[in-house]
Amino acid sequence: MAQPETLVPASTSGLGYTSGSAPAASPASAVRTRTADELEIRLEFGGGLHLIFSQQPKHTIFLPRTTPGADARPADIRYLIAYMKDNLVSEREDMFVDGEGVRPGILVLINDADWELEGELDYVLQDRDEIVFISTLHGG
Amino acid sequence: MPTLCSICTTARALVKRPKTGQQVCKQCFFDVFEEEVHITITQGAQGGGSIFERGEKVAIGASGGKDSTVLAHVLTVLNRRYDYGLDLYLLSIDEGIKGYRDDSLETVKQNQAEYGLPLKILSYDELYGWTMDKVVDQVGKRNNCTFCGVFRRQALDRGAAGLGVDHIVTGHNADDIAETVLMNILRGDVARLQRCTAVTTQSEDTIKRSKPFKYAYEKEIVMYAYFKKLTYFSTECIYSPEAYRGYARVFLKDLEAVRPSAIVDIIRSGESFVLDQATQRSMKAMRRFRTSPARANLQKPASAKACALLQGLESGLDRAAVRTTQMAGGEAPEGQRSIPMFERKLRVADGNATEGIERAVQRVEIKTE
Repeated sequence: MAQPETLVPASTSGLGYTSGSAPAASPASAVRTRTADELEIRLEFGGGLHLIFSQQPKHTIFLPRTTPGADARPADIRYLIAYMKDNLVSEREDMFVDGEGVRPGILVLINDADWELEGELDYVLQDRDEIVFISTLHGG
Repeated sequence: MPTLCSICTTARALVKRPKTGQQVCKQCFFDVFEEEVHITITQGAQGGGSIFERGEKVAIGASGGKDSTVLAHVLTVLNRRYDYGLDLYLLSIDEGIKGYRDDSLETVKQNQAEYGLPLKILSYDELYGWTMDKVVDQVGKRNNCTFCGVFRRQALDRGAAGLGVDHIVTGHNADDIAETVLMNILRGDVARLQRCTAVTTQSEDTIKRSKPFKYAYEKEIVMYAYFKKLTYFSTECIYSPEAYRGYARVFLKDLEAVRPSAIVDIIRSGESFVLDQATQRSMKAMRRFRTSPARANLQKPASAKACALLQGLESGLDRAAVRTTQMAGGEAPEGQRSIPMFERKLRVADGNATEGIERAVQRVEIKTE
């Protein structure tokens, strides 16, 4: 039997939610268009984490290219997490945020790469980056 | 400038392996992950042999969650790649918790189709005449994990017997095992420390059980499921999870964040624990004073535990009364509840019903009765 080793159709998220259990995402782009000083960032939540982001596994946000305040710096993951904490988390932010980073046990992927290879909090975001957060704190 | 894979040195590294710090590309990650599970399987038995025998019928305890889904996938792949000659089955337990199990059982049914494995779903309702929803109605949320744990253990055994299976494998990963080691320390259950780290365990009244993911980090299982786009379902039991275990889990994750090898290090500590006879003896003595009725019940053989709990439930008693019933223990009183039995073919191997570690533990155990 010469069966392929990839057994599963690539239609699922691989993130532990089903399309039935999650309403479709409403991207920021559906509401307004991106301005020149914003980045378009795509976010996806796995391992049940979408439950604290308005039950939506996928979000598209427009993030300012530079951080607000006096000593502005280019938007990085540290800023993204702070932004998400203020604007996106719908409940129980302690399940997501820990200090200026994410809670231990939450994996972060930047364009499909482990964030530990990309500088973690210091990674400087680019337009159309895809950031995936997966909780491993739930049961398996 | 992307980092290159430290194994193939050509593709872009996408994963930093927590156990080794190695930076690997997607394909090399799949390869090393599967290879390590293969090594656990082929060298995991006490004495260094394979945990499986050729021709063995093996049930994968499938919850629809990430661990058991990745296990079903990897075992299917390895069984084919290395020709283990195993007959694989999926075995799911339906605890009867509305809004918790429904979605994950759908996921298991999907897995059944994807992997072409026969699936058996056994419900608490079918086996005990009780769903967890009904149990919680009766005993409240506080003690329900005890019921569920005891019931699940026996349900897996009965389901496996119904399938005519010789061996159950579960998706317990390195993080789970390290957590259990910590829990056993926190509870003073030193006797279980070493046993809980064994890849394979078997006691007299149960089917052989193995944990092929003993050395697989949760992070890698999640990454594997993500990169392979496997179908699984993340959910949390709606009844209060064990709070104590929750603390152990968070503590472990905090340790891992500082030093990723902490998880295997804790497992290693568990493996290395050996109790001398004097310690064993004093622990047994201690236990007589300290053990709560609920835990005393857990020292009984698996079938007796489930029966005692059921009996308490069925006398329509409240929580306090259930405790008293458990405390009475011992003799089976009038109207003792029994659980439907499935025919089970027992393989008699070499007269040794138990695996190496179990044997060693039993040898030093002091009998109290």
